[in-house]
Amino acid sequence: MGALQGWRVVELSADGSAFAGKLLADMGADVVVVEPPGGSPQRRYGPFLDDEPDRERSLYWWHYNTSKRSVVLDLDDAGPGGDRERFRQLVAEADVLIEAERPDRMAQLGLDYADMVGLRADLVYCSITPFGRQGPRRMEHSTDLTVLAAAGPVWSCGYDDHELPPVRGGGHQGLHTAGVWAAISVLTALLHRSHTGVGQHLDVSMHAASNVTTEMASYGWLAARKEVQRQTGRHAAPGRTDPTQVLCADGHYLNTGVPPRRPGEFLALHGWLEELGLIEEFSLAVLLEMGGQYEHIGLAEIEEDPMIGEVFGAGREAVALIASRLSARDAFVGFQQRGIPVGAVFAPEDIMADPHFQARGFPVEVDHEDLGRRFVYPGAPVLMNGSPWAISRRAPHIGEHQNEVLA
Amino acid sequence: MASLAVADLTARAGPGPRLGSPQENGRDVMGSAALSHLRICDFTGQLAGAGATRHLAALGAEVIRIEDPARRGRWDILRGAPPFKDERRGNEFGSAFQNHNVAKLGITINMRTERGKELFSELVAISDAVTENFAAGVVARMGFGYEQLKAIRSDIIYVSNCGFGHTGPYHEFKSWGPIAQAVGGLTFTSGLAGQPPAGWGYSYMDHHGGYFMCLGILAALCHRQRTGEGQWVDMSCSEAGAALLGPAVLDYTVNGRPSRREGFPDSNRDATATMAPHGIYATAGVDNWIAIACRDDTEWASLAATIDQPWAQSAALATLAGRLEHQDPLDADLDRWTRSQDRHQLAAQLQELAIPAAAVARPGERIDEDPSSEAWGLWPLVNHAAMGEVRVDGLPVHFSQTDWVIDRAAPLLGADNDYVFGEILGLTGAEIGTLHQEGVI
Repeated sequence: MGALQGWRVVELSADGSAFAGKLLADMGADVVVVEPPGGSPQRRYGPFLDDEPDRERSLYWWHYNTSKRSVVLDLDDAGPGGDRERFRQLVAEADVLIEAERPDRMAQLGLDYADMVGLRADLVYCSITPFGRQGPRRMEHSTDLTVLAAAGPVWSCGYDDHELPPVRGGGHQGLHTAGVWAAISVLTALLHRSHTGVGQHLDVSMHAASNVTTEMASYGWLAARKEVQRQTGRHAAPGRTDPTQVLCADGHYLNTGVPPRRPGEFLALHGWLEELGLIEEFSLAVLLEMGGQYEHIGLAEIEEDPMIGEVFGAGREAVALIASRLSARDAFVGFQQRGIPVGAVFAPEDIMADPHFQARGFPVEVDHEDLGRRFVYPGAPVLMNGSPWAISRRAPHIGEHQNEVLA
Repeated sequence: MASLAVADLTARAGPGPRLGSPQENGRDVMGSAALSHLRICDFTGQLAGAGATRHLAALGAEVIRIEDPARRGRWDILRGAPPFKDERRGNEFGSAFQNHNVAKLGITINMRTERGKELFSELVAISDAVTENFAAGVVARMGFGYEQLKAIRSDIIYVSNCGFGHTGPYHEFKSWGPIAQAVGGLTFTSGLAGQPPAGWGYSYMDHHGGYFMCLGILAALCHRQRTGEGQWVDMSCSEAGAALLGPAVLDYTVNGRPSRREGFPDSNRDATATMAPHGIYATAGVDNWIAIACRDDTEWASLAATIDQPWAQSAALATLAGRLEHQDPLDADLDRWTRSQDRHQLAAQLQELAIPAAAVARPGERIDEDPSSEAWGLWPLVNHAAMGEVRVDGLPVHFSQTDWVIDRAAPLLGADNDYVFGEILGLTGAEIGTLHQEGVI
């Protein structure tokens, strides 16, 4: 039984609402996604099953609409007994509405919070918009890309070479960040309602969400007026820092994290170089042995004491040498087993094939009984041992649940 | 454990203000009412953990952050770490720590002592959730794994959060944000074609680790409300990262198309193949950029008319299929054109034409000069007892009835010992003084 059993959520299908709806649906809420006639625009987004574009074959739609049921309603059908009336009724019987329309559209339809609260006083009504419902930029035209550019993440991501443009990270993270916040806010409002009976309107801003998801780029400015500069594969920083991404023997990359600073780490590196038969060609091996004699090396000492700086540098170079002779996964596992925290730069397929992710049940099978096939999906973001996360059904066909939901 | 008699004080169930409120500048501080019925016994640190409970604190939960008096709270490396507001250094001057711990109460307990463990048990008994983001096994070795917590309070919600979770072959591996997002796939999927991964220029997964931790806590509370049962929520930041990869995963598992292929990722471009041009282009000045996305042929036609050069009028570019096919020369030509433009003027001009466009904002621009941030109240000002006035991250949602409140800075080490041990656990001032002398708190 999912954690959110018993709650009915109506999601008006939109790019901005899809992820929030999925998060709640996969945790057990009964999420009804409302599509316009012809289906949600997300059904046009690639990639498609076997690369054949079709409204029922969009992997984008499949991914973001798991565990939901679908109805089709034409909100422009405003007459008595029409679809807009049916939508009102649907919402009146639900606990939550999630919408991500242009900021003025719900009011134009007579479906804004103020319109709905009379029908359902304790409704939790969640709006997700690019710049919030009220702000001066609320009517700007935007996409995931432009919001992330305006909100800070893009400034911090990219390469040492500033002739290359800064980078928007992949996977619609602007939509995701707002979606997670919408889910957090909805659950908070539902818990509050359970104690007080009071519903409310939630105004989630994508721009605000990504703005406060930038770590030191924000608090470095807020506290110290320091402006970070982007660097390849590592933290943007006010000044240039050493690279942390090394190429491994299989052409994949390893993130070397924070270089070794503890005596045990230097000795482990030395031992591993010996095991791999690399100790002869590593001219700095003696420095690793010295590192084994130091107490924990403080960051400040690396700058101040030339000898400690040499030892620290030898640790970095030993990590890079070992990584260059192994596959990224072998290097990752080997360093970690020796107590040195690094991470392989996994591609999505590496994750789905990885024994750790498999042991924890991350890849999950979803039955597409309509196609007579089962496909593997990414699984739980959070393992809830008492109320398991689960994809309860594949994404719905257009209006698949029209009759059972609107009966 | 006789000391568990204080469980009778579990009076936070039900609506209304707190039993007692901490005082600041001689006045009661009233926070948000959204979660004011909840108390969280908080062992988190850094951003991935502390960044979760800060949001619940801003939404009204009473978050009691526990720190180690023997090491002066340094198990959280951000205490006393840069960036600093001014020339002052030390345990109370780390601005990251201060940002991630606003609105919380701060106490000290030496968990190596028996009395410390008793006090912790008393807090667990009157808390709804225990939260931590140590490496897997650390809290269990203190004697407080899920089974022990459950023995203290049967419906306790225990939320652990670490790089790889508490089970599986990697459960002993250590992690920072950059490692979790590398192993979780987000580093790989961020970059330009033909270049190494650009990754994320900050610990994106520390933020999202915190967000998903929040979600886990709240979902577990919902479950408890319906069933009366607590549970252990075992969060792995690398899994949460993999859950953010989006449809690229299905392109592999369903279509058998690996992400390791030529030309992928190219994450400034649109992955849904419905928008072109779609990218980040150079503008006049040094390191100035603009993001532009054309969602349909009409928007491209408007942009092409604005550009007013022969290449833009090419019939080959009139359709989405044509623009996708010629995306390399299209991006190169567009970039040549934008290089002579002012990024702010061009963004405004394109917005007039209903084309999504935004200047790539520098930190100072989006924080100090963007009117929407000001209107939102996105950077609330708090008065920290050592640092003085500092602005911090706000929350990206407004609640119409029970909005978040951040008006209390991060606590100094042990700042709320008197309130928590005295008002909540009912110890006398003399008893608290003894605990202090004996190094228990």
